[in-house]
Amino acid sequence: MSSTGIRLLMALFIVIGTFRMTSAQEKNKIPPTRTTLSRPDFSLPEWDQLVRVVLLRDYNTRVVLVGTVLLGVCSGVIGTFLLLRGRAMAGDVISHSALPGLAIAFLVGEAIDPGAGRVTSTLLIGAVISSLIGMGCANLVRRFTKLKEETVLAIVLSLFFGFGAMLLSIVQQIPSAQLAGLQNYIFGKAASMVYDDVVLIGVSAGIVVLLALLFFKELVILCFDEDFAETQGWPTKRLDLLLMGLVVCVTVIGLQSAGLLLVVALMMTPSAAARFWTDRIGWLTLTSAILGGASCYLGVLLSALFPRMATGAVIVLMGSLFFFVSLLLGLRRGLFWKWWHAIQLRQRVERADLLRACYEAAESLSISQENSGQPRELIDVVITVPQLLAYRNWSERRWNRLLTKAVGHELIVSLPDGGYRLTQGAIAESRRIVRNHRLWEMYLIHYADVAPSHVDRGADWIEHVLAPDVVDELTRLLNEPRDVVNVPESPHPLQPEMTGGGREER
Amino acid sequence: MSTDAATSRTPPEHPVTSPLTIDDMTVAYDRKPVLWNVDYDAPVGKLVAIVGPNGAGKSTLIRAVLDLVPRVSGVVQFFGQPYRQQRNRVAYVPQRGSVDWDFPVSALDVVAMGLYRQIGWCRPVTKKFKELAMQALDRLGMAAFARRQISQLSGGQQQRVFLARALVQEADLYLMDEPFTGVDAATERAIVDLLRELQTQGKTALVVHHDLQTVTEYFDDVLLLNLHLIAAGPTEDVFTVENLRKTYGGKLALLDQVGQRIAVPETR
Repeated sequence: MSSTGIRLLMALFIVIGTFRMTSAQEKNKIPPTRTTLSRPDFSLPEWDQLVRVVLLRDYNTRVVLVGTVLLGVCSGVIGTFLLLRGRAMAGDVISHSALPGLAIAFLVGEAIDPGAGRVTSTLLIGAVISSLIGMGCANLVRRFTKLKEETVLAIVLSLFFGFGAMLLSIVQQIPSAQLAGLQNYIFGKAASMVYDDVVLIGVSAGIVVLLALLFFKELVILCFDEDFAETQGWPTKRLDLLLMGLVVCVTVIGLQSAGLLLVVALMMTPSAAARFWTDRIGWLTLTSAILGGASCYLGVLLSALFPRMATGAVIVLMGSLFFFVSLLLGLRRGLFWKWWHAIQLRQRVERADLLRACYEAAESLSISQENSGQPRELIDVVITVPQLLAYRNWSERRWNRLLTKAVGHELIVSLPDGGYRLTQGAIAESRRIVRNHRLWEMYLIHYADVAPSHVDRGADWIEHVLAPDVVDELTRLLNEPRDVVNVPESPHPLQPEMTGGGREER
Repeated sequence: MSTDAATSRTPPEHPVTSPLTIDDMTVAYDRKPVLWNVDYDAPVGKLVAIVGPNGAGKSTLIRAVLDLVPRVSGVVQFFGQPYRQQRNRVAYVPQRGSVDWDFPVSALDVVAMGLYRQIGWCRPVTKKFKELAMQALDRLGMAAFARRQISQLSGGQQQRVFLARALVQEADLYLMDEPFTGVDAATERAIVDLLRELQTQGKTALVVHHDLQTVTEYFDDVLLLNLHLIAAGPTEDVFTVENLRKTYGGKLALLDQVGQRIAVPETR
């Protein structure tokens, strides 16, 4: 996941850069002055403009919206496989290699028939061809040298992008190049989409998703265990080509709205975000598709409200927003839930430890008092903090804090003279806890040859995870009565914490 | 693919041929040979341990016969035919560390992968195949964990998932790469039981094994390997102090030197 993190950061930097560039580009048309450059004006949209955009009253917004949402869905699907195969960098190579193709296609088109170079499909065909050449170059270099894959990809990427940028700077001097809007393919400008483009995107996206679903099983086995797939007779090389071909398709249809710098983020961000929500590959793909579509939807609406913002950048920002929300709140792996479960476990363990210490203290007190001729029930035994200190290596402050909390939970009753008594409910619960603990200790002593002086520590943790069926098995093995009320005697002298078995705070 | 599956399910008519015949196989990474002139005939219905020090080429041997690593020379045959025609009768259990266990699939999904060929191109995993996968998991005592995401399994349980994936293939020859490495006692027991069961069904298993203590207990046959084949045959004949000394007594100095020289010819 770490490389995914780096990619996301990169995408963010590009987004920030994009904002600066586009605002600068807009300003270039009027003589640049210090004030206009340093304070690009992002005026808030008027109310009726907001209504118009949100209700999709504009034909243009509708067209752009349909196109980009389709793109988002299909890049979410393909991104899942790219993520699982760990080939994000290859995606970068594919997208960056498109640039020289765009420029050359424009030049060739204009040379054949002035105006033809501006047609989207001409440009995209150029992009496909040069993306494929870029990927092919990377594969060739990798096969015939010992260089690491990352190195090869980075070299090919820079080479193609550099070459493309150089061509672009030449092309920009041709007057009609402004009309073709070649620079829009770098940062993306969804607003330039027309009906025909949406049809192209829709059909391609449909085919891509269909292929991915058709070969779902085959792509999964390729991503999970390529060697095994190979021994099973799956044509792994061709499947890999299929996957890369799909990535090329998504990249090329995403060039217009997301731009070649960010189109990979369009694939990676939704799938990385979706990974926090599910552990099933089917759901992962679906979630990723939905998140991809949703970030495109929101991105287009936002950029329709703030026309100065590049659509691609806003889309990716929305995707990143989803990513960070998922990172924190994702049900499967979100940080919040991780933290929450840790707290829960800690509290459960603390409660059990506290009850066991109280119970054992009360138990030994009641035994000693019984010997002196006054039979006492556990519920009548009064325990004090100094006594408890011997049973658990917790500081006095911690004891006081936990005891106060336990009073709140009605586990113990605080007496006016500073002592505590266990409640009826707490005795039942602690019986179970102590019983499990001791059964486990006995098991360790009998079956695992652990010295009695050492079992307490090992048993300390296990008592929190003993399931009822394991406890049943233990009682059977140890010939103990299955009755929960029956707590076996401790197999080692109590008050182990005094003798140095200390293990303070985790 | 489906016709393939149909033919392979019928037992062979001709007299029993060796499940795996290796004839003069040499394997090299780049230019450095890592296995020299291996000649080997696997016996039918035996459990064979492949034993040798680290870097002896044990995994390479398995990967090379399965065409995962290119061979420089030599002929490999499974049941008298090239691997491509006998895929269905051979099951491979890779090293546990070779895959990403964080992958978003359940134990059942992984086992079902062993059936993908039977299911065929573009068809989903139907209930029938899920049940087959479930049975295999059950045989390894893993039925309760079928729905778990694979990263939530212990190392031993992950290994058992891999074995179940091989088991569903109903192969006649099993090639296992270090299935006993890093597993708990229960899993070790389960693997041994499974191997014995396979053996009673007349199947053969070649197992890369590290623990010399248990070789005689678990395996009938042994193949001692260190860059070349030291010895192979029934455990009681081959697994001798003499042979082990040959296997582990340092890599054979000369072979190593020659290998280096082939790899870097310009240094002399």
